[in-house]
Order: sequence, then C-alpha cells, then structure tokens
Amino acid sequence: MNEHTNLLEIKDLTVHYVTVDGTVHAVENLNLTLPEGKTLGLVGETGAGKTTTVKAIMQILPDPPAKILTGEVIFCGEDLLKKNKKSMRKIRGKQISMIFQDPMTSLNPVITVGEQIMEVIRLHDKKISKKDAYTKACEMLELVGIKADRAGDYPHQFSGGMKQRVIIAMALACNPRLLIADEPTTALDVTIQAQVLELMRKLKAKYQTSMIMITHDLGIVAEICDYVAVMYAGEIVEYGNREQLFHRPSHPYTKGLFACIPNLMEEETTLIPIEGMTPDPTNLPTGCRFHPRCPYATEECSKTNPASKEIENGHHVKCLHI
Amino acid sequence: MSENILEVRHLKKYFPTKRGLLHAVDDVNFSIKKGTTMGLVGESGCGKSTVGRLILRLTEATDGEILFYDDDIRKYDREKMRHTRRRLQIVFQDPYASLDGRKSIFESIAEPLQVQKIYQNKKEMEEKVYELMATAGLARRLANSYPHELDGGRRQRVGIARALALNPDFLVLDEPVSALDVSIQAQVLNLMEQLQEQMGLTYLFISHDLSVVKHISDEIAVMYLGQIVEKAECKDLFKYPSHPYTQALLSAVPIPSIDYHVDRIVLEGDVPSPINPSPGCRFAGRCRFCKEKCRHETPELKDIGNGHMVACHFVGEF
Amino acid sequence: MEKTKDLTSSSEAGSIKKRSQVKEVWRRFCRNKQAMVGMCMLLLLIFAAIFADIIAPYDPVEQDIINRLKPPSSAHWFGTDELGRDIFSRILYGSRISLTVGLIAVGLSSIVGCALGAIAGYYGGVLDNIIMRCTDVLMAIPSILLNISIVAALGTGLQNVMIAIGISSVPAYCRIMRASLLSLKEQEFVDASRAAGASDVHIIIHHILPNSLAPLIVQATLKIGGAILSCASMSFIGLGIVPPTPEWGAMLSTGRDFLRDAPHLTAFPGMAIMFAVFAMNLMGDGLRDALDPKLKN
Repeated sequence: MNEHTNLLEIKDLTVHYVTVDGTVHAVENLNLTLPEGKTLGLVGETGAGKTTTVKAIMQILPDPPAKILTGEVIFCGEDLLKKNKKSMRKIRGKQISMIFQDPMTSLNPVITVGEQIMEVIRLHDKKISKKDAYTKACEMLELVGIKADRAGDYPHQFSGGMKQRVIIAMALACNPRLLIADEPTTALDVTIQAQVLELMRKLKAKYQTSMIMITHDLGIVAEICDYVAVMYAGEIVEYGNREQLFHRPSHPYTKGLFACIPNLMEEETTLIPIEGMTPDPTNLPTGCRFHPRCPYATEECSKTNPASKEIENGHHVKCLHI
Repeated sequence: MSENILEVRHLKKYFPTKRGLLHAVDDVNFSIKKGTTMGLVGESGCGKSTVGRLILRLTEATDGEILFYDDDIRKYDREKMRHTRRRLQIVFQDPYASLDGRKSIFESIAEPLQVQKIYQNKKEMEEKVYELMATAGLARRLANSYPHELDGGRRQRVGIARALALNPDFLVLDEPVSALDVSIQAQVLNLMEQLQEQMGLTYLFISHDLSVVKHISDEIAVMYLGQIVEKAECKDLFKYPSHPYTQALLSAVPIPSIDYHVDRIVLEGDVPSPINPSPGCRFAGRCRFCKEKCRHETPELKDIGNGHMVACHFVGEF
Repeated sequence: MEKTKDLTSSSEAGSIKKRSQVKEVWRRFCRNKQAMVGMCMLLLLIFAAIFADIIAPYDPVEQDIINRLKPPSSAHWFGTDELGRDIFSRILYGSRISLTVGLIAVGLSSIVGCALGAIAGYYGGVLDNIIMRCTDVLMAIPSILLNISIVAALGTGLQNVMIAIGISSVPAYCRIMRASLLSLKEQEFVDASRAAGASDVHIIIHHILPNSLAPLIVQATLKIGGAILSCASMSFIGLGIVPPTPEWGAMLSTGRDFLRDAPHLTAFPGMAIMFAVFAMNLMGDGLRDALDPKLKN
C-alpha cells in the first residue's frame, strides 16, 4: 500500500473502559489503514470493538469511562488525537461525518428535516445565508431521492428507509472526506436496505468519498467494500482487500464466520457454528483471544498473543499457525 | 405423504385503529405436514408474526379456521385450549423480553410444567427441568442464574427448553435467531434441526432473513401486506421465484461472496399502509409489471405446477 | 448433541442444588447494609411494642399533676406531659397502636388497591372504566373528609379508623398497579406464559405482581408514616383513639398547645414517628432491591 494515498491511518490504538466492575479492553493495539476514496468494511460480532474504534476516530467516546491509552489516528497527515476540542469540532461533520445505526432515534423529532440538514451546513459554513443553506439542504434531499418539497416535514412523517436517507443527506451535506457508517441498514428491511445500499454506492462513486462501513453482514461487505478488517474481541484478526478476504480467508475466525452463515446462492449446506461464546471483555483469555473457540488451537496459542503477519501483499493475519 | 398437522384456512385478523381497519392478516391459507418446517418470510409489518400469534391464540383471529390435527382450535373453550397448548408451543424473537427477569432459569423452564400440573412429584419435575436444560445445551450450573446474566444465545436456549417442556408436536419459531450474532445463530439453528430430527417436531419458522429460512425450511410462504403472495417447496421457490415481489426480495439479499453477480431489482418506495387497503393486488404500487387489471382485481393463489402457488395475474408472462 | 462447554461441564451438576427464591432474596437483603439498619430499627420498635409492660418505667395513663410539663430528666427520660404522664412510657405503649394502625391500614389499602388495579389493567374495557372512575371519585374527595365520613358512618374506634384510612389510600395503589400492568401485559414473557397454558391469575401473581413490586413497596413504606399521622388527626378531632390511650399522633397534637414552653411534648412523639417511617423506608428500599435479581451483586 502506498503511504501517500492513505486518508486514514490508525496506529496502535488502545481504548479501555474503566468501570467499577473491571477494565474493559475494548480495543487493543489496533492498526488500520484506509486508502483515499476507498471503502473499508469493519466486520465483527457484538462487543468486538467496532463502534469503539470509529468513535475513537471521531473522538466522541464518553470519557469517563472510556480512555484512549495509546495510539495515533492520522487523518490527512495529522494526528487527530493530538487536536484540541475546538479544532476537532471543526473536523467532525465537515471532514468526517457519521451515520448511526438507528434512523428512528438519530433525528430530532421536533425539527423539520430540512432545518436539521440546514443546521449542519450552517454550523460549518458561517458565511452562508439562511436561504442558501436551505436551498442546499433541499438539494441534498433530492440527491438521496427525497422530493425537495418534503423538507418541511418532520421525521415521524418519514418511514425508516426515508429517515436513513435523510441522515445520509445530512452526513454528506458538507462534502466530508470520510464517511463513517455504523450498521446503517441493520434496522431496515431487505428491500429498503437494497435501496439504501444502492444509494450509498452511487453517492460514493459520484463524490469519491472514503468510507468506513461497520457491519456484521458479510453480504453487505461483499457488495460495497474494497477492503475488509475482521475484528474479534478488540483486535483486528484479519485485514485485506475484498478479493483476498473472500477468496482466501485465512484466520480461523474469518473462516468460521463464512462457514456459519447460510448462503442463499448455494445448495443445502450444513452450518458449522463457531463453538462457545464471545469472551467477556473484562476477562479476556490469555494468548490469542480466539484460542478457546478455535478448532486449530495448540498449547502455544494459549500463551502467545500472535503478531499480525503479512501473508501476501496487503493481507494481514493475526494467527500463529499461518 | 405424511398428514397435515396444521392447516390454516381463510385466516383473517383486522385491528381497529383510529384511521380505519388495519388488515394485519388477510385471508391466509396454508398447511404444514408433520415433521416438516414451513418458512414464513416477509418484511416488517407484513403480518407474519401475527400469523404465529393467531395460531397459538395469543391473539384471537377475526375470522378463519385453524385446524390442528383436523380440529378447529378456534372453537375450543378455555380449558380445552389450555390442554392443547401442551402440543402447540412458541419460541419468541427476543429471548430477553420473553423471559421474566425476576425468575431464575430453573423457574422459567419449570413454569409450563407447573401450570399444566404435569408432575405431582417435585423431584420428578426437577429431573425433567435438568433434562430439558441438557437437551437445549445448557449447563446445570446455570439453573440458579437469571436471564440478565446470560448472553443472547443461552437465553434463546432457555426459551427453547421452555417451549419443549410440554413435549409439543408443533412449534412456532418467531424470528428465533434474529437477535443473535451470526456465530451463535448457527449454533441455535443447528440445535433446532437436531431437535426436529430427534423428536419429530413440526416447525413454523417465521423470519425476515431469507438465507436462514432457506437453510431450515422444507416449504416457504412469502407474505406481503397480510397476504401470502407465493408458496412453494424451498428449492422451487429459490430456483423459480415467480411473484415479482419474491423476485425483488431474493435479489435484495446481499450475498456473502464476491463470485456471484445478482441483477438487483430495486423496489421503489415503501410498503404501503395496511390500513383500509385498496382493492386489487397489494403489490401493484411497487410492481415493475403492474397493469391495469392489477389495480382492480385481487389475484388468487394459483397452482402453477408441483404445488407452487403464486398470487399474480400475469405469472409466467414476464 | 453439540459438545458445547455447557454440556461437558454438566457432570459437576450433582453438587448444584436449586436455591429457593425466598432464601435468595434473604441473602441479597442481608448484604444490603441500609436495609439491615432499617430492619434493626423496626425490630427495636416491635420489641418495644411487645414488651412495653416490662420496659416502661411508669403507667402510661397515671397522672402526676405536680410534675406536669417537666423537661427530660433522669426520672423521666423524655419528660412529662401536661397531665404529668411519663412521655417515654407513653411512646412505648403508643408504638403498639401506631404500628398496628400503620401496618394494617397500609396492608388493607395495598391489597385492595392492587387487586382492583390489576383487574382494571389486565382486563381493560368496561371494568377498567368503572374501577378507574370510582377511584377518581375517591381521589377527588379530600382524604380527611373521606376519613371523617367513613368513621361517621361506621362509628368511632380504632378498627374503623384503620378501615377509613385504608379506603382513602386505595386509589393510589390502584393507579400504580394499573399503570405498571398496562406496560407489563404487553411484554413477551406474559405471552410466553400464556402460551404455556397459564391462567390469568397465575400470570398476575407470578409475573406481573413481582415485576410491579418496586413502586408499590416504595409507596407502601411511605404511606405507613402517612397512616400514623392520619390516625393522629382523626384522634385529634375525637373520632379515633379515645384519651387517655397513648398514641403518637394524639400526643403530637395535644402537645401542640405547649410547643413554646415545653417542646419536648411534641419533639419525642415526632421523633418516634420519624424513626418508624425511616425504618420502614430503609426496609422498603432494601426489599425492593433484594427482590430484583438484576441487582444481585
């Protein structure tokens, strides 16, 4: 990968939540790169640390209890973690914006959608007049496939899919360089999900926005992402481009994920579940965090936490037995 | 051919609302053969969960017949219904909401046995509960735990153990794996398949996830706005989807592989309101092939061969 | 069968005994320091009530006009009242009546109120309307007026006062119960229980009541103090306890005339009431937490 084209680079990020019940090792020594104009899929199950990672990028982690212990988040050549609150505020929404999972709760129910989009625009462009901002807001709505005359409607007058479109319009209103989408379609029905994914793909092509897509659905990853990072218990266990990951999944966890989802296109198969449960993040297993559930685990796995190895160009796997 | 364990005829459920009658389930017909799994798919609000609840009479149907072993359970009185519930059970979607947070796992699983007064002897009942826990893959030591102490997968196992307590013949599975992570989802699905094999259970598997339904079902019914639009054997449905809605639905599922290229049919607009639906095909407003006839005449479910039923005027013409 | 960790570890099962719910609640209750303090205070009161005959240094109704309105001293720990009676002894004896009134009036109103609220909330419709309109009528009448009319109808006496106080606080329980029932009956675990063939009564007693206990317990413990005070005001207007029977509320109201010169007349009965209410509240909070398995640790 070429250093110069990386829009975002995360180095050795460690985030802990310090609570009375113990320290939650949410993210540990995480390294990640996102080339400009590409889409990265962040895959993992509940509690893997996906959301914590992107919240650390945005620096919207609740502190306390969250503590960023080490690491650098280099965005456009600058370390975001070193920025002060004010300059960070300018980056949020303008340079990096985020789409949340639940469209039902991410919009303010008492303000019209047009005004909500307008607010974001005016927040980052102090000079723009109210009227121009409103026109821009209407344009954004048209862009995501909502008629401009609905700008005066309130969120409850929209369906779930339409709300998610409004949120996308809001996130794109300032032409961000990086868009973070946290499970943007999980709350939607499949046919509506297809609409939203289609829209996101189109917009991505049009604006060349880089994107981080958090999801637990490998189907969505296959459809929209260029690079994939698989997270397990706060660590990235496998990272590679789309083809490497789908054709040559190498970490036992990634392989397990593929084996345990029913595939619509393939004939009757038996599902091979990953045994056991996701570990308790306050009490992680020693050595490789996946070893208690890993079918290939050996004595050594319970002692040494493997380092990430590059098995082919740009394909990193965190496993001793590769 | 095995006999039908359950048959539903002209099942209707209308909910009165301020804006009119909500047609949650509108003239649904299907039958399930003993020992098989019927998948019921559809998007949120299509009435699939209501069908499940109607079958158990957790919600009373507006009209129609529910034949369980050829006997209409809608005509049963309280006592007879209570008795029948032993053979007709349900597993709910959200394993957290369907367990009482103040009851230990043991108490939750024992409850059906207690209310049906199966055992006079306390010792026997305890043995049965432990046996059920083992069947569902739960360790004995969890007996004194409470639902909030368990993770989603284990909670759903409790829900399953509880549903199995009365040795039912028929289980309604209402989105049993939707709330679970994929790796856990596979564990639970495998458990259900095993149980079906061992105990000869019959399932009505309700889900919005087509991949899961395909995996577990023998026959599938696709619902849209309170009606079944297509019903076929699992293989047939996926090979030859014939209703425009089924086609769109199938193409909308993201495939976890980069080797397939699906020509996606993106449906325009949202699901219309089920309140006072206009006559004609319910899907007409979003259908690519909609013709004049579709807006006036409601299509009937027609057999297009091999038990493949489709509710479309122009089936096979596109 | 799958070889999950759960299954393989079930061999250790022999040693696991099903713990009873009561024991479990008791164990959690004992861990709560505040609750234990409250319980000790309550036990102290009950002890005083039972053994008042033995502990009390004086006869509670014996007058000693020469030593009237004496401040606390070694002879009279809490001083004497306007008729020279020993306040300490009167408080000890008074605890019998006050505790009885508080517990019975609250017990009565909570049982009746919960039952009515449960019926209204669970069945809804016409029944709900009738019950709730009746409680509205009861709530519209000031409670003191309601108490007076009920006692006037039934006749004076401790028993009738308790009934009157009980009835006037029924609506509050009824409303709380109905509100929590309305939200609880929509819960899936209620459906799950119905699907298992449970009857309505079983569902209400086993699922809905335990889950709606928290606000009820808080309400009940708060109301005990209120009931003691209501009883006092009834006594004050001559419809409750007949003098010279010692009763905290009655002592409080007669002492009011001497507030300036002999504050101890009101201070000690007041403190006794506060002590009792405080004990009940601590107990109530502890009980509420102990009954909730989510707060196990």
